[in-house]
Amino acid sequence: MADGISGASGTGRGYLAETGLRSWAFSLDHKRIGVMYLYTTMFFFLVGGLFAELLRLKLMTPGPGFVSDKTYNVFFTLHGALMIFLFIIPAIPSALGNFFIPMMVGAHDVAFPRLNLAGYWIFLAGIVVVIASLVRPMDTGWTFYTPYSAKSGAAVTLLSFGLFLVGMSSILTGLNFIITIHTQRAPGMTWSRMPLFIWGMYATSVIQVLATPVIGMTFILLAAERLFGVGFFDPAKGGDPLLFQHFFWFYSHPVVYVMILPAMGIISEIIPVFSRKPIFGYKAIAYSSMAIALAGFLVWGHHMFVSGMSSVAAVIFSLLTFSVAVPTGVKVFNWIATLYRGSISFESPMLYALMFIFLFIIGGLTGPFLGSLGTNVQLHDTYFVVAHFHYTMMGGTVMGWLAGLHYWFPKMTGRMLSEKLARRAAVLILIGFNVTFFTMFILGYKGMPRRWAEYPVQYQTMHIIATVGSWVLAAGIIVMVWNFTRSLYRGEAAPGNPWGALTLEWQTASPPPVENFEVIPTVTEWPYSFGRKGAGDA
Amino acid sequence: MHELGGAEAAHTAGGPETARLGIWLFLATEVLLFGGLFTAYTVFRMQDPALFHAGSLKLNRMLGAANTVVLICSSLTVALGLAAIREGKIRMLKVFLGLTLLLGAGFLGIKAIEYSEHFARREFPGTDLFFSLYFVMTALHAFHIAAGLAVFSGLLWLAAKGKFDAGYHTPVEVAGLYWHFVDVVWIYLFPLLYLIG
Ligand code: HEM
Ligand SMILES: [Cu+2]
Repeated sequence: MADGISGASGTGRGYLAETGLRSWAFSLDHKRIGVMYLYTTMFFFLVGGLFAELLRLKLMTPGPGFVSDKTYNVFFTLHGALMIFLFIIPAIPSALGNFFIPMMVGAHDVAFPRLNLAGYWIFLAGIVVVIASLVRPMDTGWTFYTPYSAKSGAAVTLLSFGLFLVGMSSILTGLNFIITIHTQRAPGMTWSRMPLFIWGMYATSVIQVLATPVIGMTFILLAAERLFGVGFFDPAKGGDPLLFQHFFWFYSHPVVYVMILPAMGIISEIIPVFSRKPIFGYKAIAYSSMAIALAGFLVWGHHMFVSGMSSVAAVIFSLLTFSVAVPTGVKVFNWIATLYRGSISFESPMLYALMFIFLFIIGGLTGPFLGSLGTNVQLHDTYFVVAHFHYTMMGGTVMGWLAGLHYWFPKMTGRMLSEKLARRAAVLILIGFNVTFFTMFILGYKGMPRRWAEYPVQYQTMHIIATVGSWVLAAGIIVMVWNFTRSLYRGEAAPGNPWGALTLEWQTASPPPVENFEVIPTVTEWPYSFGRKGAGDA
Repeated sequence: MHELGGAEAAHTAGGPETARLGIWLFLATEVLLFGGLFTAYTVFRMQDPALFHAGSLKLNRMLGAANTVVLICSSLTVALGLAAIREGKIRMLKVFLGLTLLLGAGFLGIKAIEYSEHFARREFPGTDLFFSLYFVMTALHAFHIAAGLAVFSGLLWLAAKGKFDAGYHTPVEVAGLYWHFVDVVWIYLFPLLYLIG
């Protein structure tokens, strides 16, 4: 790829030169907007994590403990809803995507910078409404199933409105990315020379744009149900509660790919750079992202096997579900093939990337247990499910997100992280994570139902182990946050390209200038030809 | 507000082609938004055709038809406005934008009369599934009309400030596409709700 100014060092302040609240709040610079999303989503990761620790603390004892059952419901709803809607869905796309998509395609900015800024403000407005709804806190779980959500005394209508706004912001962001990738690529960047993170984000954006309107409509209908009693989901009025579940999962299953595809994109960037090898099977990785995005729309019914839907439908959904595993498997295979015989260096981004692969494989392999009709009936709504989705969401997406943060921190801030602290945090997180969540597989297998505030005493030992694990995990996160904060002020200055990567965002100064590039680069090669420069495309 | 000086051009999108792609994609999301309602309509209608038949007969077809005509006219004035500004006729653009605003407001007025008729007969959202769907669908559509009116008011203001000419009128074009879409949604809603009875 373009031979840029890879030696340029981070002495200047680049896009960070201007200071003051106004210079941020009204900035049209995609990098600043990305940073604002980053701080916002990270904040909710920490708040959501706080609720997780409270949940775990409560579950140390089988009896009532320090909170009432009602409060417990509020805790897991807030934990789940904040983590899903305000952290994990926007975290990688809106923050890292905004920062890096224009840079990686070699553009000055996204296609619609004003829309981008509007998207952030709509997001923030949504958050304000969500917070306002806490006057009567949610207790429905993050899935808002009717009929309970239509009757609950909580401020469901307000919350629906808040999440509608958050969804709108998500649609605008996805739309902006799709058009940016179509129209703003640097000369020479053909589709087959696009970095894999861009492919992942492209597929993600397609899902965001096509699925989010449906959940938007679902929230409108839920609000109408509560305000006017329209009865769409109420059998007494001829409606059907299953309709709600269909609408909900038509969005929420594809959305798990909004969570995971960007993370997979990050891993696909990091693995070749830190193994100094061309990525294996570039096209397969790129196309499998699109395949996952499309197949993801066909499998929502696997969340509803025990909901009373017809058994023919259940069998079809079960089969389709397995088909999604194929493109996912393709990716994992290609990463491992890239690692094979590479000259691997274990810097912190790579550590998190390897943790991603390890944990995601466990999460992935436990998926088929849930996708199969028979075992699903046994495991449905037990801690097995809780373990499965934490391995994929936290072990997968969050690790991918952390890998990306460590990888791009020098580019975003112009400073290097402390490797020593990063390693310590990684070890704590890895141990804490497995102690917490592997225990939950066993709990689930033994029949512990999820969402129970009180449980039979035979499960207590396991719960105590999980809780202690969650403390180790929290310690790891604290070390990591400390590393970020400290390095932001005292880290050593980062060179333009500390990892020797070939994608375009590294071919400019750290932190980048306002317009990203002094001169828009011309792309002559794909970005993964390590060790064989000039060898042309894959 | 933004500190980009000479590179400002890069920050106002990539020209009409980019904007056109953007609005088409946005309209795709709108199709899916309304898609949820059309799905619900299909499901419930299949479950209880008699209820839908009876409900449909209670709607005021005259007012519905009048609104269809009003909306088609407004689509026409938007198209004429765009044609005018393509030839640089800014005065004509302003006239047609004004007419569009009037027609759109007329549509909302007629809708309000219909709603008050229903309320007087104690037909509300929640009365039965047909009326629930009728009110949610038409209210969402009316909300889109209102949003369109806000956009056209903005365009009229910009036109008055002389922002558009034969060379630059992308916002008019984009708003026009949106308006045609809202029009098309009504073209589906009208037979579905009023005529199939
Ligand atoms: C410190 C790490 C975490 C711990 C200790 C933790 C723990 C828990 C616990 C104990 C539950 C309740 C299970 C039940 O009663 O059914 C739960 C639910 C949940 N968690 Fe986590 N969690 C953590 C991180 C995350 C992350 C990073 C995400 C997503 C990004 C997440 C998403 C969820 C969701 C969606 C639920 C389901 C909530 C519901 O049932 O409505 N968690 N978690
Ligand atoms: Cu699913």
